[in-house]
Amino acid sequence: MTAYLMEARGLEIRFGGVVAAQNVTLEVKEGQNLAIIGPNGAGKTTFLNICTGWLKPSAGSVYFRGKEITRLSPRQICRLGVARAFQIPQLFTEHTALENMLIAASAREGHWAPFTALSRIPEREEMMHLLEMVHCGDVADRPVVELSEGQRKLIDIAVALALKPRLLLMDEPTSGVASSQKHEVMEILVRALAAAGVTSVFVEHDMSIVERYADEVAVWAAGVVQLRGGPAEVLEHPDVIRDVIGETV
Amino acid sequence: MLARYVIPALLILIVPLLPFLAPWLKVVLIIALAKGIAVLGVTTLLRAGQVSFGHALFFAIAAYASAFLARSAVGGEFFVMLLLGTFAAGLSGLLVGLFVVRYRGIFFGMLNLAFSMIFWSILEKFYYLTGGADGIHVRRPTVLGISLARAEFETFLFYFAFLLALLLGWVALRFLNSPIGHLFQTVKTNETRLQYLGISPRRTLLVGYVFSAGLCGVGGVLLATVQGIVTPDYAWWIRSGEMVFIAVLGGAGSVAGAFVGALAYELVRTYAAAFAADIWQMVLGAFLLVIILFAPGGMIGIYDTLMRRLFRNGGSARDRDAESEAAYRPAVEGKKP
Repeated sequence: MTAYLMEARGLEIRFGGVVAAQNVTLEVKEGQNLAIIGPNGAGKTTFLNICTGWLKPSAGSVYFRGKEITRLSPRQICRLGVARAFQIPQLFTEHTALENMLIAASAREGHWAPFTALSRIPEREEMMHLLEMVHCGDVADRPVVELSEGQRKLIDIAVALALKPRLLLMDEPTSGVASSQKHEVMEILVRALAAAGVTSVFVEHDMSIVERYADEVAVWAAGVVQLRGGPAEVLEHPDVIRDVIGETV
Repeated sequence: MLARYVIPALLILIVPLLPFLAPWLKVVLIIALAKGIAVLGVTTLLRAGQVSFGHALFFAIAAYASAFLARSAVGGEFFVMLLLGTFAAGLSGLLVGLFVVRYRGIFFGMLNLAFSMIFWSILEKFYYLTGGADGIHVRRPTVLGISLARAEFETFLFYFAFLLALLLGWVALRFLNSPIGHLFQTVKTNETRLQYLGISPRRTLLVGYVFSAGLCGVGGVLLATVQGIVTPDYAWWIRSGEMVFIAVLGGAGSVAGAFVGALAYELVRTYAAAFAADIWQMVLGAFLLVIILFAPGGMIGIYDTLMRRLFRNGGSARDRDAESEAAYRPAVEGKKP
Protein backbone atom coordinates (compact mmCIF):
# COMPACT_ATOMS: atom_id res chain seq x y z
CA MET A 1 0.00 0.00 0.00
CA THR A 2 1.23 3.44 -0.91
CA ALA A 3 1.00 6.43 1.42
CA TYR A 4 0.09 8.77 -1.42
CA LEU A 5 -3.40 9.70 -2.56
CA MET A 6 -2.40 9.50 -6.20
CA GLU A 7 0.78 8.23 -7.69
CA ALA A 8 1.99 8.16 -11.30
CA ARG A 9 4.89 5.81 -12.03
CA GLY A 10 6.97 5.85 -15.23
CA LEU A 11 4.24 7.32 -17.44
CA GLU A 12 4.96 7.52 -21.12
CA ILE A 13 2.81 8.76 -23.98
CA ARG A 14 3.62 10.09 -27.45
CA PHE A 15 1.55 11.84 -30.11
CA GLY A 16 3.38 10.99 -33.31
CA GLY A 17 6.88 12.34 -32.79
CA VAL A 18 5.92 14.54 -29.85
CA VAL A 19 6.73 13.21 -26.41
CA ALA A 20 3.95 14.38 -24.10
CA ALA A 21 5.10 12.32 -21.14
CA GLN A 22 8.32 10.41 -20.65
CA ASN A 23 9.07 8.35 -17.59
CA VAL A 24 6.92 10.66 -15.47
CA THR A 25 6.73 9.88 -11.78
CA LEU A 26 4.67 12.16 -9.59
CA GLU A 27 3.00 11.70 -6.22
CA VAL A 28 0.13 13.64 -4.72
CA LYS A 29 -0.12 13.73 -0.94
CA GLU A 30 -3.44 13.79 0.86
CA GLY A 31 -4.58 17.33 1.67
CA GLN A 32 -2.08 19.22 -0.47
CA ASN A 33 -2.57 21.71 -3.31
CA LEU A 34 -0.05 20.68 -5.93
CA ALA A 35 0.57 23.08 -8.82
CA ILE A 36 1.91 21.93 -12.17
CA ILE A 37 3.66 24.59 -14.20
CA GLY A 38 5.50 24.54 -17.50
CA PRO A 39 5.55 26.03 -20.99
CA ASN A 40 2.71 25.39 -23.45
CA GLY A 41 2.84 21.91 -24.95
CA ALA A 42 4.89 20.53 -22.07
CA GLY A 43 2.32 17.78 -21.42
CA LYS A 44 0.57 19.13 -18.32
CA THR A 45 -2.99 18.65 -19.61
CA THR A 46 -1.98 15.28 -21.06
CA PHE A 47 -0.95 14.25 -17.55
CA LEU A 48 -4.41 15.20 -16.23
CA ASN A 49 -5.99 13.32 -19.15
CA ILE A 50 -4.03 10.20 -18.25
CA CYS A 51 -4.82 10.47 -14.55
CA THR A 52 -8.54 10.72 -15.30
CA GLY A 53 -8.61 7.90 -17.85
CA TRP A 54 -9.21 10.03 -20.92
CA LEU A 55 -5.88 8.93 -22.40
CA LYS A 56 -4.12 5.62 -21.89
CA PRO A 57 -0.33 5.76 -21.52
CA SER A 58 1.89 3.49 -23.61
CA ALA A 59 3.87 2.68 -20.47
CA GLY A 60 3.65 3.30 -16.76
CA SER A 61 0.85 3.19 -14.21
CA VAL A 62 -1.37 5.49 -12.19
CA TYR A 63 -2.52 4.56 -8.70
CA PHE A 64 -5.26 6.15 -6.65
CA ARG A 65 -5.37 5.23 -2.98
CA GLY A 66 -3.16 2.27 -3.79
CA LYS A 67 -5.44 0.92 -6.54
CA GLU A 68 -4.22 0.89 -10.12
CA ILE A 69 -6.48 3.01 -12.32
CA THR A 70 -4.39 3.24 -15.50
CA ARG A 71 -6.81 1.32 -17.73
CA LEU A 72 -10.05 2.47 -16.12
CA SER A 73 -12.49 4.76 -17.95
CA PRO A 74 -13.07 8.39 -16.86
CA ARG A 75 -16.39 7.46 -15.29
CA GLN A 76 -14.89 4.55 -13.34
CA ILE A 77 -12.11 6.80 -12.05
CA CYS A 78 -14.66 9.49 -11.20
CA ARG A 79 -16.63 6.93 -9.18
CA LEU A 80 -13.47 6.21 -7.14
CA GLY A 81 -13.32 9.86 -6.05
CA VAL A 82 -11.29 11.73 -8.66
CA ALA A 83 -13.10 14.75 -10.09
CA ARG A 84 -11.99 17.14 -12.77
CA ALA A 85 -12.49 20.80 -13.65
CA PHE A 86 -11.58 21.93 -17.12
CA GLN A 87 -9.71 24.76 -18.80
CA ILE A 88 -12.84 25.40 -20.86
CA PRO A 89 -15.74 24.83 -18.42
CA GLN A 90 -17.64 21.66 -19.26
CA LEU A 91 -21.21 22.40 -18.26
CA PHE A 92 -24.66 21.56 -19.53
CA THR A 93 -25.30 24.80 -21.35
CA GLU A 94 -29.06 24.37 -21.73
CA HIS A 95 -29.48 23.96 -17.98
CA THR A 96 -29.27 26.52 -15.21
CA ALA A 97 -26.37 26.68 -12.76
CA LEU A 98 -28.44 24.97 -10.07
CA GLU A 99 -29.68 22.29 -12.48
CA ASN A 100 -26.05 21.54 -13.37
CA MET A 101 -25.38 21.03 -9.68
CA LEU A 102 -28.51 18.92 -9.18
CA ILE A 103 -27.58 16.72 -12.13
CA ALA A 104 -24.16 16.17 -10.55
CA ALA A 105 -25.79 15.34 -7.21
CA SER A 106 -28.15 12.90 -8.94
CA ALA A 107 -25.19 11.23 -10.62
CA ARG A 108 -23.43 10.96 -7.27
CA GLU A 109 -26.43 9.61 -5.38
CA GLY A 110 -27.80 7.47 -8.22
CA HIS A 111 -31.28 9.00 -8.38
CA TRP A 112 -32.78 6.84 -11.11
CA ALA A 113 -36.48 7.02 -10.16
CA PRO A 114 -38.17 8.32 -13.30
CA PHE A 115 -40.99 10.14 -11.50
CA THR A 116 -39.07 12.38 -9.09
CA ALA A 117 -38.52 15.92 -10.34
CA LEU A 118 -34.86 16.95 -10.52
CA SER A 119 -35.70 20.16 -8.68
CA ARG A 120 -37.04 18.16 -5.72
CA ILE A 121 -34.14 15.86 -4.95
CA PRO A 122 -33.02 15.92 -1.29
CA GLU A 123 -29.59 17.36 -2.16
CA ARG A 124 -31.04 20.66 -3.41
CA GLU A 125 -30.03 22.62 -0.32
CA GLU A 126 -26.57 21.11 -0.24
CA MET A 127 -26.07 22.09 -3.89
CA MET A 128 -27.37 25.58 -3.29
CA HIS A 129 -24.90 25.89 -0.41
CA LEU A 130 -22.05 24.79 -2.68
CA LEU A 131 -23.06 27.37 -5.27
CA GLU A 132 -23.10 30.02 -2.58
CA MET A 133 -19.70 28.87 -1.41
CA VAL A 134 -18.28 29.65 -4.88
CA HIS A 135 -20.20 32.96 -4.87
CA CYS A 136 -22.65 31.89 -7.56
CA GLY A 137 -25.80 31.57 -5.45
CA ASP A 138 -27.33 34.65 -7.06
CA VAL A 139 -27.11 33.17 -10.57
CA ALA A 140 -28.41 29.72 -9.56
CA ASP A 141 -31.54 30.02 -11.72
CA ARG A 142 -29.83 31.40 -14.80
CA PRO A 143 -28.83 29.19 -17.75
CA VAL A 144 -25.06 28.83 -17.68
CA VAL A 145 -24.84 29.97 -21.28
CA GLU A 146 -25.74 33.47 -20.05
CA LEU A 147 -23.01 33.61 -17.39
CA SER A 148 -19.51 35.08 -17.54
CA GLU A 149 -16.46 32.90 -18.09
CA GLY A 150 -15.38 33.45 -14.49
CA GLN A 151 -18.74 32.32 -13.14
CA ARG A 152 -18.75 29.32 -15.41
CA LYS A 153 -15.28 28.39 -14.19
CA LEU A 154 -16.47 28.49 -10.60
CA ILE A 155 -19.61 26.50 -11.40
CA ASP A 156 -17.51 23.93 -13.26
CA ILE A 157 -15.46 23.49 -10.11
CA ALA A 158 -18.60 23.46 -7.93
CA VAL A 159 -20.02 20.68 -10.16
CA ALA A 160 -16.82 18.70 -9.59
CA LEU A 161 -17.05 19.35 -5.83
CA ALA A 162 -20.69 18.24 -5.86
CA LEU A 163 -19.37 14.74 -6.47
CA LYS A 164 -17.64 14.86 -3.05
CA PRO A 165 -14.31 13.80 -4.53
CA ARG A 166 -11.14 12.97 -2.62
CA LEU A 167 -9.02 14.55 -5.33
CA LEU A 168 -9.80 17.39 -7.73
CA LEU A 169 -7.72 17.92 -10.85
CA MET A 170 -8.06 21.44 -12.27
CA ASP A 171 -6.77 22.65 -15.59
CA GLU A 172 -5.93 26.36 -15.40
CA PRO A 173 -8.66 27.30 -12.91
CA THR A 174 -8.13 31.03 -13.47
CA SER A 175 -7.69 31.12 -17.26
CA GLY A 176 -10.35 33.24 -18.93
CA VAL A 177 -10.92 35.13 -15.70
CA ALA A 178 -10.10 38.86 -15.70
CA SER A 179 -6.65 39.37 -14.17
CA SER A 180 -8.13 41.65 -11.53
CA GLN A 181 -10.40 38.80 -10.38
CA LYS A 182 -7.97 35.88 -10.55
CA HIS A 183 -6.90 36.06 -6.94
CA GLU A 184 -10.47 36.54 -5.77
CA VAL A 185 -11.58 33.45 -7.75
CA MET A 186 -8.66 31.44 -6.42
CA GLU A 187 -9.34 32.58 -2.87
CA ILE A 188 -12.95 31.37 -3.16
CA LEU A 189 -11.74 28.14 -4.65
CA VAL A 190 -9.09 27.30 -2.10
CA ARG A 191 -11.53 28.05 0.69
CA ALA A 192 -14.16 25.77 -0.90
CA LEU A 193 -11.57 23.00 -1.31
CA ALA A 194 -10.46 23.32 2.29
CA ALA A 195 -14.06 23.30 3.52
CA ALA A 196 -14.75 20.12 1.55
CA GLY A 197 -11.43 18.54 2.58
CA VAL A 198 -10.42 17.96 -1.02
CA THR A 199 -6.86 17.48 -2.24
CA SER A 200 -6.12 19.34 -5.47
CA VAL A 201 -3.75 19.31 -8.38
CA PHE A 202 -3.92 22.34 -10.63
CA VAL A 203 -2.19 23.36 -13.81
CA GLU A 204 -1.47 27.08 -13.80
CA HIS A 205 0.38 29.69 -15.85
CA ASP A 206 0.01 32.60 -13.44
CA MET A 207 3.01 32.39 -11.14
CA SER A 208 1.56 34.77 -8.55
CA ILE A 209 -1.32 32.29 -8.13
CA VAL A 210 1.10 29.38 -7.85
CA GLU A 211 3.25 31.21 -5.34
CA ARG A 212 0.30 32.07 -3.15
CA TYR A 213 -1.94 29.02 -3.31
CA ALA A 214 0.25 25.97 -3.98
CA ASP A 215 1.86 23.88 -1.22
CA GLU A 216 4.11 22.22 -3.73
CA VAL A 217 5.07 22.87 -7.37
CA ALA A 218 6.05 20.42 -10.10
CA VAL A 219 7.78 21.91 -13.14
CA TRP A 220 7.01 20.21 -16.39
CA ALA A 221 9.00 20.55 -19.62
CA ALA A 222 9.15 18.38 -22.74
CA GLY A 223 7.06 15.67 -21.14
CA VAL A 224 9.31 15.32 -18.11
CA VAL A 225 8.98 16.52 -14.51
CA GLN A 226 12.10 18.67 -14.29
CA LEU A 227 11.84 19.95 -10.77
CA ARG A 228 9.73 19.63 -7.63
CA GLY A 229 9.57 21.48 -4.37
CA GLY A 230 8.01 24.29 -2.39
CA PRO A 231 6.82 27.35 -4.35
CA ALA A 232 9.56 29.65 -3.04
CA GLU A 233 12.30 27.18 -3.85
CA VAL A 234 11.00 26.23 -7.32
CA LEU A 235 9.97 29.66 -8.56
CA GLU A 236 13.40 31.07 -7.79
CA HIS A 237 15.27 28.30 -9.54
CA PRO A 238 17.28 29.79 -12.44
CA ASP A 239 16.04 27.15 -14.94
CA VAL A 240 12.42 27.85 -14.05
CA ILE A 241 12.95 31.60 -14.33
CA ARG A 242 14.55 31.12 -17.73
CA ASP A 243 12.29 28.43 -19.27
CA VAL A 244 8.88 28.91 -17.62
CA ILE A 245 8.57 32.35 -16.10
CA GLY A 246 10.78 34.35 -18.40
CA GLU A 247 11.31 36.94 -15.69
CA THR A 248 11.77 37.16 -11.92
CA VAL A 249 8.58 36.90 -9.88
CA MET B 1 -50.11 33.69 -17.33
CA LEU B 2 -53.18 31.64 -16.61
CA ALA B 3 -54.26 31.86 -20.27
CA ARG B 4 -51.08 30.05 -21.22
CA TYR B 5 -52.49 26.96 -19.50
CA VAL B 6 -56.20 27.60 -19.99
CA ILE B 7 -56.01 27.60 -23.80
CA PRO B 8 -54.30 24.18 -24.02
CA ALA B 9 -56.69 22.84 -21.39
CA LEU B 10 -59.67 24.01 -23.45
CA LEU B 11 -58.19 22.49 -26.60
CA ILE B 12 -57.69 19.20 -24.76
CA LEU B 13 -61.32 19.30 -23.64
CA ILE B 14 -62.54 19.99 -27.19
CA VAL B 15 -60.82 16.95 -28.70
CA PRO B 16 -63.15 14.34 -27.10
CA LEU B 17 -66.13 16.30 -28.42
CA LEU B 18 -64.93 16.29 -32.02
CA PRO B 19 -66.43 12.88 -32.96
CA PHE B 20 -69.86 14.28 -32.03
CA LEU B 21 -69.35 17.39 -34.12
CA ALA B 22 -67.82 15.56 -37.08
CA PRO B 23 -68.21 11.77 -36.84
CA TRP B 24 -66.08 11.23 -39.94
CA LEU B 25 -63.16 12.72 -38.03
CA LYS B 26 -63.07 9.83 -35.55
CA VAL B 27 -60.74 7.57 -37.54
CA VAL B 28 -58.57 10.49 -38.63
CA LEU B 29 -58.16 11.45 -34.99
CA ILE B 30 -57.32 7.89 -33.91
CA ILE B 31 -54.63 7.80 -36.59
CA ALA B 32 -53.38 11.23 -35.47
CA LEU B 33 -53.24 10.09 -31.83
CA ALA B 34 -51.49 6.83 -32.76
CA LYS B 35 -48.92 8.73 -34.78
CA GLY B 36 -48.65 11.37 -32.07
CA ILE B 37 -47.71 8.72 -29.50
CA ALA B 38 -45.11 7.29 -31.89
CA VAL B 39 -43.77 10.78 -32.63
CA LEU B 40 -43.47 11.30 -28.89
CA GLY B 41 -40.84 8.56 -29.04
CA VAL B 42 -38.93 10.35 -31.78
CA THR B 43 -39.26 13.68 -30.04
CA THR B 44 -37.91 12.20 -26.78
CA LEU B 45 -34.76 11.19 -28.64
CA LEU B 46 -34.50 14.69 -30.09
CA ARG B 47 -34.12 15.94 -26.52
CA ALA B 48 -30.84 14.00 -26.41
CA GLY B 49 -29.90 15.62 -29.72
CA GLN B 50 -30.32 12.42 -31.72
CA VAL B 51 -32.50 12.08 -34.82
CA SER B 52 -33.62 8.58 -35.74
CA PHE B 53 -34.60 7.96 -39.35
CA GLY B 54 -35.65 4.42 -38.55
CA HIS B 55 -38.09 4.47 -35.66
CA ALA B 56 -40.78 3.01 -37.91
CA LEU B 57 -38.96 -0.24 -37.09
CA PHE B 58 -40.47 -0.32 -33.60
CA PHE B 59 -43.79 0.90 -34.92
CA ALA B 60 -43.84 -2.06 -37.33
CA ILE B 61 -42.51 -4.63 -34.84
CA ALA B 62 -45.31 -3.80 -32.40
CA ALA B 63 -47.93 -3.77 -35.15
CA TYR B 64 -46.81 -7.15 -36.51
CA ALA B 65 -46.50 -8.65 -33.02
CA SER B 66 -50.09 -7.68 -32.28
CA ALA B 67 -51.20 -8.92 -35.70
CA PHE B 68 -49.53 -12.30 -35.12
CA LEU B 69 -51.21 -12.54 -31.74
CA ALA B 70 -54.61 -11.71 -33.21
CA ARG B 71 -54.04 -14.39 -35.88
CA SER B 72 -52.91 -17.02 -33.37
CA ALA B 73 -55.01 -19.46 -31.39
CA VAL B 74 -54.88 -17.04 -28.43
CA GLY B 75 -56.93 -14.60 -30.47
CA GLY B 76 -57.08 -10.86 -30.45
CA GLU B 77 -57.70 -9.22 -27.10
CA PHE B 78 -56.97 -5.53 -27.48
CA PHE B 79 -55.16 -4.97 -24.19
CA VAL B 80 -53.04 -8.09 -24.57
CA MET B 81 -52.16 -6.99 -28.12
CA LEU B 82 -51.19 -3.57 -26.82
CA LEU B 83 -49.03 -5.00 -24.04
CA LEU B 84 -47.37 -7.56 -26.28
CA GLY B 85 -46.74 -5.03 -29.06
CA THR B 86 -45.24 -2.50 -26.67
CA PHE B 87 -43.10 -5.16 -25.02
CA ALA B 88 -41.86 -6.38 -28.41
CA ALA B 89 -41.02 -2.82 -29.44
CA GLY B 90 -39.25 -2.13 -26.12
CA LEU B 91 -37.27 -5.38 -26.31
CA SER B 92 -36.22 -4.76 -29.90
CA GLY B 93 -35.40 -1.19 -28.85
CA LEU B 94 -33.06 -2.62 -26.25
CA LEU B 95 -31.37 -4.97 -28.74
CA VAL B 96 -31.01 -2.39 -31.52
CA GLY B 97 -30.19 0.30 -28.96
CA LEU B 98 -27.23 -1.65 -27.56
CA PHE B 99 -25.65 -1.19 -30.97
CA VAL B 100 -26.81 2.25 -32.15
CA VAL B 101 -26.16 4.18 -28.90
CA ARG B 102 -22.47 3.83 -29.68
CA TYR B 103 -22.95 6.33 -32.49
CA ARG B 104 -24.06 9.95 -32.74
CA GLY B 105 -25.44 12.35 -35.30
CA ILE B 106 -25.70 11.20 -38.89
CA PHE B 107 -24.36 7.71 -38.06
CA PHE B 108 -27.00 7.24 -35.40
CA GLY B 109 -29.72 8.38 -37.80
CA MET B 110 -28.56 6.23 -40.71
CA LEU B 111 -27.97 3.10 -38.61
CA ASN B 112 -31.53 3.33 -37.37
CA LEU B 113 -32.65 3.67 -40.97
CA ALA B 114 -30.59 0.60 -41.92
CA PHE B 115 -32.20 -1.53 -39.19
CA SER B 116 -35.69 -0.46 -40.21
CA MET B 117 -35.00 -1.24 -43.86
CA ILE B 118 -33.61 -4.67 -42.98
CA PHE B 119 -36.82 -5.38 -41.10
CA TRP B 120 -38.84 -4.02 -44.02
CA SER B 121 -37.13 -6.43 -46.41
CA ILE B 122 -37.75 -9.33 -43.99
CA LEU B 123 -41.45 -8.42 -43.96
CA GLU B 124 -41.46 -8.27 -47.76
CA LYS B 125 -39.52 -11.47 -48.44
CA PHE B 126 -40.77 -13.90 -45.78
CA TYR B 127 -44.09 -14.07 -47.52
CA TYR B 128 -45.31 -17.31 -45.90
CA LEU B 129 -44.94 -15.73 -42.47
CA THR B 130 -45.67 -12.07 -43.02
CA GLY B 131 -47.92 -12.06 -46.05
CA GLY B 132 -45.27 -10.09 -47.98
CA ALA B 133 -46.41 -6.81 -49.48
CA ASP B 134 -50.05 -7.79 -48.86
CA GLY B 135 -49.41 -7.77 -45.12
CA ILE B 136 -51.59 -9.39 -42.48
CA HIS B 137 -55.24 -8.71 -41.89
CA VAL B 138 -55.83 -7.72 -38.26
CA ARG B 139 -59.23 -8.85 -37.11
CA ARG B 140 -61.06 -6.45 -34.87
CA PRO B 141 -59.95 -7.45 -31.38
CA THR B 142 -62.19 -7.99 -28.41
CA VAL B 143 -62.06 -5.49 -25.57
CA LEU B 144 -61.87 -7.28 -22.21
CA GLY B 145 -63.53 -10.23 -23.89
CA ILE B 146 -66.35 -8.20 -25.40
CA SER B 147 -66.79 -8.15 -29.18
CA LEU B 148 -67.68 -4.69 -30.40
CA ALA B 149 -69.22 -3.62 -33.71
CA ARG B 150 -67.02 -1.50 -35.91
CA ALA B 151 -68.51 1.88 -34.93
CA GLU B 152 -68.47 1.01 -31.23
CA PHE B 153 -64.90 -0.27 -31.46
CA GLU B 154 -63.77 2.93 -33.18
CA THR B 155 -65.47 5.02 -30.49
CA PHE B 156 -63.75 2.96 -27.79
CA LEU B 157 -60.43 3.19 -29.61
CA PHE B 158 -60.73 6.95 -30.00
CA TYR B 159 -61.36 7.64 -26.33
CA PHE B 160 -58.82 5.08 -25.22
CA ALA B 161 -56.18 6.54 -27.55
CA PHE B 162 -57.04 10.01 -26.31
CA LEU B 163 -56.61 9.03 -22.65
CA LEU B 164 -53.50 7.04 -23.45
CA ALA B 165 -52.01 10.04 -25.29
CA LEU B 166 -52.65 12.22 -22.23
CA LEU B 167 -51.17 9.61 -19.91
CA LEU B 168 -48.09 8.98 -22.04
CA GLY B 169 -47.57 12.71 -22.59
CA TRP B 170 -47.59 13.14 -18.82
CA VAL B 171 -45.26 10.16 -18.35
CA ALA B 172 -42.86 11.60 -20.96
CA LEU B 173 -42.87 14.98 -19.22
CA ARG B 174 -42.22 13.38 -15.84
CA PHE B 175 -39.44 11.28 -17.32
CA LEU B 176 -37.79 14.28 -18.99
CA ASN B 177 -38.06 16.30 -15.80
CA SER B 178 -36.60 13.55 -13.61
CA PRO B 179 -32.89 13.22 -12.81
CA ILE B 180 -32.48 10.35 -15.29
CA GLY B 181 -34.41 12.37 -17.90
CA HIS B 182 -32.10 15.34 -17.41
CA LEU B 183 -29.04 13.11 -17.62
CA PHE B 184 -30.49 11.71 -20.85
CA GLN B 185 -30.87 15.24 -22.25
CA THR B 186 -27.30 16.18 -21.38
CA VAL B 187 -26.13 13.67 -24.00
CA LYS B 188 -26.99 16.51 -26.38
CA THR B 189 -24.97 19.22 -24.65
CA ASN B 190 -21.94 17.68 -22.98
CA GLU B 191 -21.03 14.01 -22.99
CA THR B 192 -17.56 14.82 -21.65
CA ARG B 193 -18.95 16.27 -18.43
CA LEU B 194 -21.40 13.38 -18.22
CA GLN B 195 -18.49 10.92 -18.19
CA TYR B 196 -16.71 13.03 -15.58
CA LEU B 197 -19.80 12.75 -13.41
CA GLY B 198 -19.32 9.01 -13.46
CA ILE B 199 -22.20 8.42 -15.87
CA SER B 200 -22.12 6.36 -19.05
CA PRO B 201 -23.62 8.43 -21.90
CA ARG B 202 -24.33 5.22 -23.81
CA ARG B 203 -26.35 3.66 -21.01
CA THR B 204 -28.19 6.90 -20.41
CA LEU B 205 -29.05 7.16 -24.09
CA LEU B 206 -30.10 3.52 -24.09
CA VAL B 207 -32.68 4.17 -21.36
CA GLY B 208 -34.25 6.93 -23.45
CA TYR B 209 -33.97 4.83 -26.61
CA VAL B 210 -35.90 1.92 -25.11
CA PHE B 211 -38.52 4.36 -23.80
CA SER B 212 -38.87 5.92 -27.25
CA ALA B 213 -39.09 2.50 -28.92
CA GLY B 214 -41.87 1.52 -26.51
CA LEU B 215 -43.81 4.67 -27.38
CA CYS B 216 -43.47 3.92 -31.08
CA GLY B 217 -44.76 0.44 -30.30
CA VAL B 218 -47.92 1.77 -28.66
CA GLY B 219 -48.55 3.92 -31.74
CA GLY B 220 -47.99 0.92 -34.02
CA VAL B 221 -50.54 -1.28 -32.23
CA LEU B 222 -53.14 1.49 -32.24
CA LEU B 223 -52.70 2.10 -35.96
CA ALA B 224 -52.77 -1.62 -36.75
CA THR B 225 -56.06 -2.10 -34.89
CA VAL B 226 -57.76 0.95 -36.40
CA GLN B 227 -56.64 0.14 -39.96
CA GLY B 228 -57.27 -3.59 -39.61
CA ILE B 229 -54.18 -4.45 -41.58
CA VAL B 230 -50.41 -4.36 -41.17
CA THR B 231 -48.12 -4.12 -44.19
CA PRO B 232 -44.35 -3.71 -44.66
CA ASP B 233 -45.09 -0.02 -45.24
CA TYR B 234 -45.19 0.26 -41.46
CA ALA B 235 -41.40 -0.17 -41.46
CA TRP B 236 -40.75 1.74 -44.70
CA TRP B 237 -38.36 4.68 -44.46
CA ILE B 238 -41.09 7.13 -45.43
CA ARG B 239 -42.93 6.22 -42.23
CA SER B 240 -39.80 7.06 -40.19
CA GLY B 241 -39.37 10.28 -42.15
CA GLU B 242 -43.00 11.11 -41.47
CA MET B 243 -42.36 10.81 -37.72
CA VAL B 244 -39.40 13.19 -37.88
CA PHE B 245 -41.46 15.49 -40.13
CA ILE B 246 -44.28 15.63 -37.57
CA ALA B 247 -41.84 16.13 -34.69
CA VAL B 248 -40.30 19.16 -36.44
CA LEU B 249 -43.71 20.45 -37.48
CA GLY B 250 -45.07 20.31 -33.94
CA GLY B 251 -41.87 21.60 -32.34
CA ALA B 252 -38.70 19.52 -32.23
CA GLY B 253 -38.35 18.11 -28.75
CA SER B 254 -41.74 19.29 -27.54
CA VAL B 255 -44.05 16.73 -25.93
CA ALA B 256 -47.21 18.69 -26.72
CA GLY B 257 -45.78 19.41 -30.17
CA ALA B 258 -45.78 15.69 -31.00
CA PHE B 259 -49.59 15.58 -30.71
CA VAL B 260 -50.27 19.03 -32.16
CA GLY B 261 -48.00 18.20 -35.08
CA ALA B 262 -49.65 14.81 -35.63
CA LEU B 263 -53.11 16.35 -35.58
CA ALA B 264 -52.14 19.14 -37.99
CA TYR B 265 -50.35 16.66 -40.24
CA GLU B 266 -53.27 14.25 -40.47
CA LEU B 267 -55.80 17.04 -41.03
CA VAL B 268 -53.70 18.76 -43.70
CA ARG B 269 -53.02 15.39 -45.29
CA THR B 270 -56.69 14.41 -45.29
CA TYR B 271 -57.88 17.73 -46.71
CA ALA B 272 -54.99 18.09 -49.12
CA ALA B 273 -55.57 14.53 -50.37
CA ALA B 274 -59.27 15.32 -50.85
CA PHE B 275 -58.94 18.70 -52.50
CA ALA B 276 -55.51 18.52 -54.08
CA ALA B 277 -55.04 14.80 -54.64
CA ASP B 278 -52.11 15.16 -57.00
CA ILE B 279 -50.12 17.65 -55.04
CA TRP B 280 -50.83 16.86 -51.37
CA GLN B 281 -47.22 15.96 -50.64
CA MET B 282 -46.21 19.31 -52.10
CA VAL B 283 -48.69 21.08 -49.81
CA LEU B 284 -47.19 19.30 -46.80
CA GLY B 285 -43.65 20.02 -47.98
CA ALA B 286 -44.45 23.73 -48.36
CA PHE B 287 -46.06 23.67 -44.92
CA LEU B 288 -42.88 22.26 -43.34
CA LEU B 289 -40.66 24.64 -45.31
CA VAL B 290 -42.57 27.62 -43.96
CA ILE B 291 -42.31 26.23 -40.41
CA ILE B 292 -38.55 25.65 -40.65
CA LEU B 293 -37.88 29.05 -42.21
CA PHE B 294 -40.14 31.19 -40.10
CA ALA B 295 -40.88 29.22 -36.94
CA PRO B 296 -38.06 26.79 -36.14
CA GLY B 297 -39.72 26.07 -32.80
CA GLY B 298 -42.61 24.49 -34.71
CA MET B 299 -46.28 25.01 -33.95
CA ILE B 300 -45.62 24.94 -30.21
CA GLY B 301 -42.90 27.52 -30.73
CA ILE B 302 -45.41 29.78 -32.51
CA TYR B 303 -47.83 29.35 -29.61
CA ASP B 304 -45.10 30.14 -27.04
CA THR B 305 -44.02 33.26 -28.93
CA LEU B 306 -47.63 34.39 -29.17
CA MET B 307 -48.18 33.88 -25.46
CA ARG B 308 -44.96 35.67 -24.57
CA ARG B 309 -46.04 38.66 -26.63
CA LEU B 310 -49.49 38.68 -25.12
CA PHE B 311 -48.28 38.28 -21.57
CA ARG B 312 -44.91 39.94 -21.71
CA ASN B 313 -44.52 40.30 -17.96
CA GLY B 314 -45.69 36.85 -17.05
CA GLY B 315 -43.71 33.77 -16.26
CA SER B 316 -41.13 33.06 -13.62
CA ALA B 317 -38.31 30.71 -13.01
CA ARG B 318 -40.79 28.59 -11.13
CA ASP B 319 -43.03 28.23 -14.21
CA ARG B 320 -39.98 27.17 -16.12
CA ASP B 321 -39.01 24.66 -13.52
CA ALA B 322 -42.48 23.27 -13.18
CA GLU B 323 -42.91 22.47 -16.82
CA SER B 324 -40.22 20.49 -18.50
CA GLU B 325 -41.49 21.69 -21.87
CA ALA B 326 -40.47 25.24 -21.19
CA ALA B 327 -37.15 24.13 -19.77
CA TYR B 328 -36.24 22.83 -23.18
CA ARG B 329 -34.72 25.09 -25.77
CA PRO B 330 -34.95 23.82 -29.35
CA ALA B 331 -31.80 22.61 -31.04
CA VAL B 332 -31.69 25.64 -33.28
CA GLU B 333 -31.19 27.96 -30.33
CA GLY B 334 -28.24 28.52 -27.96
CA LYS B 335 -25.48 26.06 -28.63
CA LYS B 336 -22.26 26.16 -26.61
CA PRO B 337 -20.87 29.66 -26.09
